[in-house]
Amino acid sequence: MEPGAAGALRPVLERVRADGRLTVRLGGDWTTRTVASIDSEMRTLESEATGPVLLDLAAIRVMDTAGAWLVERLVTALDRRGLAVEVGGATAGMTTLLTAVSDAARLEHPARSKGAFGLTAFFATIGMLVYRFSEQFMMAMHILGATVRGAQLKFGRGHAISVTAIVHQMDRVGIGAIPIVMLMSGIVGAIIAQQGAFQMRYFGTEIFVVNLVSILVLREIGVLLTAIMVAGRSGSAITAELGSMKMREEVDALTVIGLNPVGVLVFPRLVALVITMPILTVAANAAALGGAILTAWFYSGIEPETFIQRMHTGIDLSTIFSGLIKAPFMGLIIGVIAAMEGMRVEGSAESLGRHVTASVVKAIFCVIVVDGLFAMFYAAIDY
Amino acid sequence: MGGANGTDEVILTARGVTVGFGNKLVLENLDMDVRRGEILGFVGASGAGKSVLLRTILGLNRKRAGQITLFGHDLDHLSEADRFDIDTNMGVLFQHGALFSALTVKENIQVPMREYLDLPRALMDELAHLKIELVGLAPDAADKKPSELSGGMIKRAALARALALDPAIVFLDEPTSGLDPIGAAEFDELVANLRDTMGLTVYMVTHDLDSLFSVCDRVAVLGDRKVLVEGTVESMLEVDHPWVKAYFRGKRARQIVRQPAGQDS
Repeated sequence: MEPGAAGALRPVLERVRADGRLTVRLGGDWTTRTVASIDSEMRTLESEATGPVLLDLAAIRVMDTAGAWLVERLVTALDRRGLAVEVGGATAGMTTLLTAVSDAARLEHPARSKGAFGLTAFFATIGMLVYRFSEQFMMAMHILGATVRGAQLKFGRGHAISVTAIVHQMDRVGIGAIPIVMLMSGIVGAIIAQQGAFQMRYFGTEIFVVNLVSILVLREIGVLLTAIMVAGRSGSAITAELGSMKMREEVDALTVIGLNPVGVLVFPRLVALVITMPILTVAANAAALGGAILTAWFYSGIEPETFIQRMHTGIDLSTIFSGLIKAPFMGLIIGVIAAMEGMRVEGSAESLGRHVTASVVKAIFCVIVVDGLFAMFYAAIDY
Repeated sequence: MGGANGTDEVILTARGVTVGFGNKLVLENLDMDVRRGEILGFVGASGAGKSVLLRTILGLNRKRAGQITLFGHDLDHLSEADRFDIDTNMGVLFQHGALFSALTVKENIQVPMREYLDLPRALMDELAHLKIELVGLAPDAADKKPSELSGGMIKRAALARALALDPAIVFLDEPTSGLDPIGAAEFDELVANLRDTMGLTVYMVTHDLDSLFSVCDRVAVLGDRKVLVEGTVESMLEVDHPWVKAYFRGKRARQIVRQPAGQDS
């Protein structure tokens, strides 16, 4: 046990057979750090012995619980086979150790039950997925339903809405996101303009890149990019906040005080998302068009004035609104999914990480699916 | 009462340790000794720097001056091999357990084993189960996650992890805080038992007067940025420092001292 014992001895054992009795002499250091080398030999001894056994510990220099465990394991195994075992040469310290571990040696550890395999496991997984999906859908609906009634403060102050909380959340969710959302949209707008202009140059219709970019950005790209950025940036933050509050029983504390945690925690965030998403979308649209104007000017020589004139004829108010209408829905989806995942966090740090990931992945997936549904809907009503 | 269980061999010394944050000094010129095989109880007012001292010894805080020697090695100037020896020979029980929440109790105990030793899997499982048994946890706790354990079980599981490599010294940070008196008494007894069987040296930061009177061989009191007094619990009763007096001769302490010796654990 002495650290710096550079001269730690390997544990050794020596078998001596005499008069039908097996004497095993143990020697060296029997400590946690050294016993690995002797473990398998001690196990073979368990089945090797046929008669009475004497374990002689006199030559052991140091022993700790791991060494004592190996000795006691052998004694117990031989005992179970009905062989007489005797332990000799133990110092007082060793005897204390051996007694301390003997209880553990007598315990049977049930083999771990194996999970289902093959076809059963396959169907079980699918069943579990379906069940979990319905459970999560219900939970999301509960959260949505709970927020419909507002912050739900006690004693009939049902619709007392905390303006401060909402404005604070709007600042964090919305204002903070403006730089990154505008940067991303600007770059994507520029890329679309360049690619469009490059292809249309073959037909001599480079000017149509204005229609392409403005319709694509205003109807789809602006709101979609914003939603994806917000899901990654704010959705994950909401899940992590709610999750760690749940882990530290803050959510339970709110319930006990008489506040509805969904109302107090989720409602302001949800409202903030619903309000800021259209605003962010406007900013994203402007940035994307700005990027496109610059690219069209430098890459295709389309003057900004021409671009804007051309845009006037290419789009109308419905183009702008068809994109903006989607924004609050996207915000709602991101908020509900983030809140649901946050509330599902359990005790461990790993669980928090898993749910934050799930929140972002699910939110982005749902946002894209909903965007597709909107496209089909608009096509059906000719909007 | 714990008698003179410690030998005279000193395994942990601190000399002139000074620790500060910003322009505030928490510890100044502190000297301290821990002897082999003893249970040293460390007390002090909240905020006196008990945890800071512990974290400094463990190398989690930087010190501004001074020297800390563990097993005869200066902790500031260690070779790779000495660092390995020292790391495998100390265990720490953090105040809130600090079990890895993603791992089961068994896996938690096996973390140091995996890191430092090359043990066969079966033996590693057996040793983990042995440690679980030694700290008095039910065998089925092995496959539970820390979030499924009660406060007392977390302390025991954390102690099992601290003992995973059969260290020579363990540092316990408020091991009985948050336990009920019966659980705390059992834990004290467990620590004393493990000291006797495994030859541990125990450095225990505690506020629990019961622990101090029942298991600690010596007590050190931290105050005014240094160790005010060191000595047996009995000798603390003679000290004249106001805080020490209030602590050991206060109403709560008197009730414990009045009990006849020998019935206190």
